[in-house]
Amino acid sequence: MNTKNLTCINCPMGCSLTVEMEGDQVIRVSGNTCKRGEIYARKEVTDPTRIVTSTVKVLHGNAAVIPVKTKEDIPKGKIFDCVKALKKIQVEAPVHIGDVIAADIAGTGVDVIATKNVEQGADI
Amino acid sequence: MEKYDIVVIGGGPAGLAAAISAKRSGIDSVLILERDRELGGILNQCIHNGFGLHTFQEELTGPEYAHRFIRQVMELGIEYRLDTMVMDISREKLVMAMNRKDGLFDIQAKAVILAMGCRERARGALNIPGFRPAGIYSAGTAQKLVNVEGCMPGREVVILGSGDIGLIMARRMTLEGARVQAVAELMPYSGGLKRNIVQCLEDYGIPLKLSHTVIDIRGRERLEGVTLAEVDGRGRPVPGTEEFYSCDTLLLSVGLIPENELSGKMGVEMNPVTSGPRVNESLETNIGGVFACGNVLHVHDLVDFVSEEAGAAGRNAAAYVKEYAENSVTGSAKDSVKDGTKASTRDNWKDGTKAGTRDNWKDSVAGSAEDSVTGSVEDSVGDSTKDNRRDGTKAGTSENATGRADHQRGREIRLQPAEGVRYTVPERINVSRMDEKLSVRFRVGNVYKNCYVSTYFDRERVSRRKRQVVAPGEMEEVILTREQLLQYPDLETISIKVEA
Ligand SMILES: Cc1cc2nc3c(=O)[nH]c(=O)nc-3n(C[C@H](O)[C@H](O)[C@H](O)COP(=O)(O)OP(=O)(O)OC[C@H]3O[C@@H](n4cnc5c(N)ncnc54)[C@H](O)[C@@H]3O)c2cc1C
Ligand code: SF4
Repeated sequence: MNTKNLTCINCPMGCSLTVEMEGDQVIRVSGNTCKRGEIYARKEVTDPTRIVTSTVKVLHGNAAVIPVKTKEDIPKGKIFDCVKALKKIQVEAPVHIGDVIAADIAGTGVDVIATKNVEQGADI
Repeated sequence: MEKYDIVVIGGGPAGLAAAISAKRSGIDSVLILERDRELGGILNQCIHNGFGLHTFQEELTGPEYAHRFIRQVMELGIEYRLDTMVMDISREKLVMAMNRKDGLFDIQAKAVILAMGCRERARGALNIPGFRPAGIYSAGTAQKLVNVEGCMPGREVVILGSGDIGLIMARRMTLEGARVQAVAELMPYSGGLKRNIVQCLEDYGIPLKLSHTVIDIRGRERLEGVTLAEVDGRGRPVPGTEEFYSCDTLLLSVGLIPENELSGKMGVEMNPVTSGPRVNESLETNIGGVFACGNVLHVHDLVDFVSEEAGAAGRNAAAYVKEYAENSVTGSAKDSVKDGTKASTRDNWKDGTKAGTRDNWKDSVAGSAEDSVTGSVEDSVGDSTKDNRRDGTKAGTSENATGRADHQRGREIRLQPAEGVRYTVPERINVSRMDEKLSVRFRVGNVYKNCYVSTYFDRERVSRRKRQVVAPGEMEEVILTREQLLQYPDLETISIKVEA
């Protein structure tokens, strides 16, 4: 058996959580004040995921870069692969909110989409 | 001269929401003035997600959140001018602005909404004598460089201050390939959100060094490194705890302060705790028809509350303009409306007080708006002097003069922050003007666990809410209803306290 210590992020209480695990199985969560803490701990130790936000270069736009995000959470372990893949991408203006910038980023099955409008303009 | 019913200063989330709600309340002549090249304010550089959970029940990024409001501004056909800096506003609501196309120009407004947001505290952050090599940035400046301009300020980074922007930038620069070596925080706790400490620091193994500060900077032209040391209870470095970090970039993230140079100059009374204007239930300052909302009023952590507050300011400004129009029909000298005289009669008319000093000072201005305002100066000498000194002007200059009667708006209930509570917004309530419900927002001065947030009407406790935790980093709220207040016709003071 091994234990992991986490901080619950769901409210300002910031309870210190202790998760007891047997291999991949969660045996017990303690330290939480409410149910949300336990749900968070179980997810965080078995399948931690994050939304990733970054920027991508734009050509012929009225801005130098365009902000983007993964449309859904991706596994935490894939964050750097995702960002690295985005570094190689350049898009041509105009680009609009929700446009797919990169499909299936880093093999996660999740698309990366634009979060801002960039219109055509003098290159900046 | 150009004229608008309502001029909104600043096109960030506060300015946008205020303009939208003013327009929806039936005022067509609304103008937003924004000094940047686009609308959206600081949200344009906050590309991370976590905005709008309250308003839209989804987690948006900053630009996405701003876009929802910008779209409404477009759909409603609200006028705005970009790259336009407001330089000065007079008490008579003459707005002086400047842009490259029109040069310097004046606009006469009936009502003004202050929505200039905040800027980063810089002074006092680095308490070290000597000069500053290149490579030291405020966290917000670095955020703009990376997220808007697309360039990285450096590769080896130390961050001083654990405010949310610093935490967000620790992650952002790490993802961009920089090595963030440490975040040093002078206090024994972080002012940032737990979520940001976990997801921006712990996720990437970046150490958070509490009770630490920068005591030395190396480098002449370009930053070469910094020395961090632990501090004792009084904030003094503890000898023997010094550690050198080689780095080319130092980010400062030590908090925000409302951007109130314009407000101070026009004679708006300030609250020294919030560094924002003192306002009443309508979010109206001591100058009738001048409203404030968003970070210029008090620093918010959640943009949702900024939008909500700004919506109220927009509605109230619209109501002010409508009353103003009603008055100009019944008023005697129609011409005086232009000079803003009517603004004062509104208060008199509504509250039944005499057109005392207020009209006097207004009259003295009617001739030439540029002329100095005479009247009683005492009122303004208090808090606003500080701002004036900063600008290098003398305290109690004519610009600063305050007409006493601005405060004579009929009976008002005072709101008072008591034990554990640092301030409240608003600070005064005129029951006859308030909406059905009023949000009173405040911050506590410390972390309190298992406590009660209580509301007292004079000596009587009228409500008590159990709280597991309250902290300075999270804005709190108490809702007052008009019905409730009408039951206490003699009420003088409402106080809000944290109780064990
Ligand atoms: C650097 C920085 C980073 C931030 N990051 C976050 C974050 O990550 N998450 C979060 O929840 N909150 C963040 N905030 C807080 C955020 O600012 C508020 O939630 C919200 O943006 C406040 O809206 P606002 O409209 O009051 O101010 P702002 O968004 O600051 O908008 C004010 C606008 O007024 C304009 N203006 C100012 N003076 C003048 C003038 N004289 N003439 C014309 N225009 C003028 C400015 O250009 C600006 O566009 C950050 C604040 C700063 C300063
Ligand atoms: S466990 Fe519950 S009370 Fe504790 S931090 Fe998480 S959400 Fe808050």
